[in-house]
Amino acid sequence: MNSFGKMAVYGLVLVLAVLAALNAHDSLFAAHAIVFALACAIAIVVTAKRAGASADTGDGEKYLDGVVRAGTIATLFWGVAGFLVGVTIASQLAFPALNLEWAFTNFGRLRPLHTSAVVFAFGGNALIATSFYVVQRTTGARLAFGNLAWFVFWGYQLFIVLAATGYLMGVTQSREYAEPEWYVDIWLTIVWVAYLLVFLGTLYKRKEPHIYVANWFYLSFIVTIAMLHIVNNMAMPVSFLGSKSYSLFSGVQDALTQWWYGHNAVGFFLTAGFLGMMYYFVPKQANRPIYSYRLSIIHFWSLIFMYIWAGPHHLHYTALPDWAQTLGVAFSIMLWMPSWGGMINGLMTLSGAWDKLRTDPIIRMMIISIAFYGMSTFEGPMMAIKSVNSLSHYTDWTIGHVHSGALGWVGMVSFGALYYLTPRLWNRDRLYSLRLINWHFWLATLGIVVYASSMWVSGIMQGLMWREYDAQGFLVYSFAESVAAMHPFYIIRAIGGAMYLAGALIMCWNIYQTIRGNKRNEAPMGVVASEAA
Amino acid sequence: MEYETFRIFSDSWGLVYMVAVFVGVALFIFRPGTKKHHEEAANIPLKRD
Repeated sequence: MNSFGKMAVYGLVLVLAVLAALNAHDSLFAAHAIVFALACAIAIVVTAKRAGASADTGDGEKYLDGVVRAGTIATLFWGVAGFLVGVTIASQLAFPALNLEWAFTNFGRLRPLHTSAVVFAFGGNALIATSFYVVQRTTGARLAFGNLAWFVFWGYQLFIVLAATGYLMGVTQSREYAEPEWYVDIWLTIVWVAYLLVFLGTLYKRKEPHIYVANWFYLSFIVTIAMLHIVNNMAMPVSFLGSKSYSLFSGVQDALTQWWYGHNAVGFFLTAGFLGMMYYFVPKQANRPIYSYRLSIIHFWSLIFMYIWAGPHHLHYTALPDWAQTLGVAFSIMLWMPSWGGMINGLMTLSGAWDKLRTDPIIRMMIISIAFYGMSTFEGPMMAIKSVNSLSHYTDWTIGHVHSGALGWVGMVSFGALYYLTPRLWNRDRLYSLRLINWHFWLATLGIVVYASSMWVSGIMQGLMWREYDAQGFLVYSFAESVAAMHPFYIIRAIGGAMYLAGALIMCWNIYQTIRGNKRNEAPMGVVASEAA
Repeated sequence: MEYETFRIFSDSWGLVYMVAVFVGVALFIFRPGTKKHHEEAANIPLKRD
């Protein structure tokens, strides 16, 4: 499409958005229509400027890397934003006065802002950027369909802005990790189909006959998220131009659809996608092929075949039929095998080169992330067992488990990938500082340990207090007493989160300096004093 | 289709089908003479920067 065609489409959408704002059923929908119209206006101005400047689209270059550079920066930005909101809501739980008695800063609205910012904005941008990088390198082909990848990038940012502003204003369909309302869901579907087209198109024109396993993981992430997103968000809007809708399902079917979605968002967004990252960046950084390619294929298919059935473990002891709960437990426990197979495959890639852990803090970051992958995929199936779940469910233990997976596995492997990518994307011969990565590594690792261990203590205590009966069969503790007992652990947890945030800020400084082309003058890592002399 | 019919089909033929496909995939990976193919595939990331 030429520039005029594009501007005509943007202009048409802009007019429609303005009409939607004027005829909106409620002010929230009108606000979002205005955001959409503004995005169209910006797109028109940028397209017009580009058209005047140069007709060169860079098609002569081997790879389309501009969109990966933009994705790297977006990942950093949303990561810090999401971690900051996380520390804020952790502090609100410890000190309720921080809710500020204002609807916009209330915990109830900031909590989905935090989860969506870290999962979809930070994690999603990391996945989109790295998948575009990896698919080009492992197929030897430039991204398909010209600048469609740029539409995916900016369209996804617009989705994030619509979702985030919606939460603050109070727009929600109250489905966990799927809070955005119907019109934002439709927009994400359009962007996601474009993403799938770019990825499939690039695979189609590959110069490498075999499709490397990292791409299988990325592709399964893209396809499954599309399926989950569409099914879980089937809803009927109350009014055509209004911000409220109701789910097509009701009762226990609705609950199971939600957790089929919710658990597979963990399985295919936070696991399969980031495993794609692991299968490319760990071999690259270690400069060794993956330990066993056959194991990686078994890892892939067993993950795909099993994860999709594990969702019911979120609904133990509810109206969900007993057989479905048992099915959820059985598949959760079977998941131990692929998870640990994949962990061993990642860790053993360093077999014979373990000394790199001493000298290369990027490898250290990737290895700790695989270790956290192993730990949280051990803990998860254990918590899915009904008798364990009767103690852990609805307590802080669940929160601790999610964070050891999200901060440990997803966060650390993404940081490793960003450190790997930055010098290559901006043509620098090395990062600004390796020692700052070491600081980031220890702040993040200790932050997670502080976070997870305080939540173990708090969660198990909470669960035990709820089930404590006296000789007459009365509950020993009131709910408020269990809340008061958790206060010190909430403070410790906020400190752990703040350490993790501090590490991320150090990374931003390091990457900013690297992009500027600066190099910190520092002693090399892991050299024993006698060797240095 | 009735719920019961659907259930019975799923936990009999559906289950057998899924297990058979999975076992087939696992056996296919270990078919003889593919060691070299898998080694080459594992080295794909190291070929290009």
